[in-house]
Amino acid sequence: MVRLTRDAIDFAALTESARHPHCGAVALFLGTVRDLTGEHVTVFLDYDAYGPMAEKKLAEIEADVRHRWPVREVLMVHRLGRLAVGDVSVAVVVSSPHRAEAFDALRFAVDALKELVPIWKKENGPDGTGEWVHQSAKPGAT
Amino acid sequence: MRVLLFAALRDAAGPNVEVSLPAGATVRELRAELARVLPAGLLARSAIAVNHEYADDARELSAADEVAVIPPVSGG
Repeated sequence: MVRLTRDAIDFAALTESARHPHCGAVALFLGTVRDLTGEHVTVFLDYDAYGPMAEKKLAEIEADVRHRWPVREVLMVHRLGRLAVGDVSVAVVVSSPHRAEAFDALRFAVDALKELVPIWKKENGPDGTGEWVHQSAKPGAT
Repeated sequence: MRVLLFAALRDAAGPNVEVSLPAGATVRELRAELARVLPAGLLARSAIAVNHEYADDARELSAADEVAVIPPVSGG
């Protein structure tokens, strides 16, 4: 299950929904808004996405994870819009029979999301200025 | 052809730009046209998406394609 949302992410309910009697492991990653990047102070972030392509790329990542590891649930939810320091911007949950594949699949899913999914954040500082973050490599180049 | 823009490219040039391309033009030719109206440095570091998939420079475009410029992503 993958989803983009403008609402707060209920990561407790999301995690609970991944539990299953066959699964001895449930791994959760939360991305949260950080107040400092180097010496650069962030007051809030704005997230934007190319919605249809972002949902397609997230679904492809879920399919790729399922192809590589014997996982039960792969849940990826990314929030869009304005987020304050401490807010949850992304939640990824993987459940599986044993912990090794849950850890590996979770890391793969989060890394792939950050590399491939067309979502962008704008860091807004205390002086009223904001800047889109475009620091990574050209997307999809591999 | 209408090309969708996002993030810093949208701030620079609006939500989309119109470019004129001959029939059978490729992504490479599209990039050359976009370089006239978009910041060249960021365009060079951006991918081109055709119908929600990353496309290489040799990809041929058709009038019905949905085309977007994807600057380096920063989700998560």
